[in-house]
Amino acid sequence: MRVLILAVALCLSPIAGAVDSGQRFEDPAAQARYEQLIRDLRCLVCQNESIADSNAPLASDLRREVRVLITEGRSDAEIRTFLTDRYGDFVLYRPPLRPRTWLLWSAPVLFLLGALGVVAVIVARRARAARADPHALDEEPERP
Amino acid sequence: MKFPVRFLVPALAFAVLVGFFVVGLRQDPGQIPSPLIGKPAPGFSLESLGDPGWKVGPTDFAGRAWVLNVWATWCVGCRQEHEALLAIARDNQVPIMGLNWRDDRALALRWLTELGNPYASVAFDPEGRTAIDWGVYGAPETFLIGADGIVLRKHIGALTADIWQQDFVPLLQAGAGGG
Repeated sequence: MRVLILAVALCLSPIAGAVDSGQRFEDPAAQARYEQLIRDLRCLVCQNESIADSNAPLASDLRREVRVLITEGRSDAEIRTFLTDRYGDFVLYRPPLRPRTWLLWSAPVLFLLGALGVVAVIVARRARAARADPHALDEEPERP
Repeated sequence: MKFPVRFLVPALAFAVLVGFFVVGLRQDPGQIPSPLIGKPAPGFSLESLGDPGWKVGPTDFAGRAWVLNVWATWCVGCRQEHEALLAIARDNQVPIMGLNWRDDRALALRWLTELGNPYASVAFDPEGRTAIDWGVYGAPETFLIGADGIVLRKHIGALTADIWQQDFVPLLQAGAGGG
């Protein structure tokens, strides 16, 4: 029983840990937009937290600002621009595609291509070794 | 000859990694470049710290270079840089406006009485609304605004006489010479 209570308590802890004490929007769509936006905005004081997660006073100021902007009927893009005009792209957890972020955005593809290249080299080499000596791989199958 | 392929690729990968570290680890993640540099200073009209009936703002310095210094009594760096600010004010180099950020009015006034007041005026921003417009994320922060109202420089962290001499004075002199 105690284990069950503990399990339930642990499951509920993320809810208890939510730092946003602000009022909820009456409109569920606005609330969803608000929650999505504050999860994607970086707290500049504690840089590895979003403003949704951070307890910092600045994060609470920025949440209030986002709330006000949504209430004023601004679009998500306008709200992001509002923040990048003041704090730079650094506030965005999803940096926009620009010349200086090309490498960042293409990195996953580059890594994949690199890995495929390595696999191709290994396969080609093994095929060559197998052709040269059909029993080479039988003796030491672990050898790269 | 097996050497080149077996060792060249990891060596190259390692070199790239080292390159990233050399660049990345030298940057201070606490120093976020301000997008305001080279743009017009954000306007505001806030209550004066000392006199709630009085409004202060950038228009007070129209046509002159000025400095905006973000401070608060809870901020250790602000206490460290206070002497440097007093020295700038004593030399009468440029008017400094204080932006008292997320602070308590009585505490802030006591700070100025006890430590001396380097500010031409102090804007009171207890909720941090104006601070957001200026992209403030920590105190102290110090901005230099040119006579044309363009933000020329931002310093994050405590100001010292050396930093002032090195980063701010040349810009001030260039502005005075050009205009």
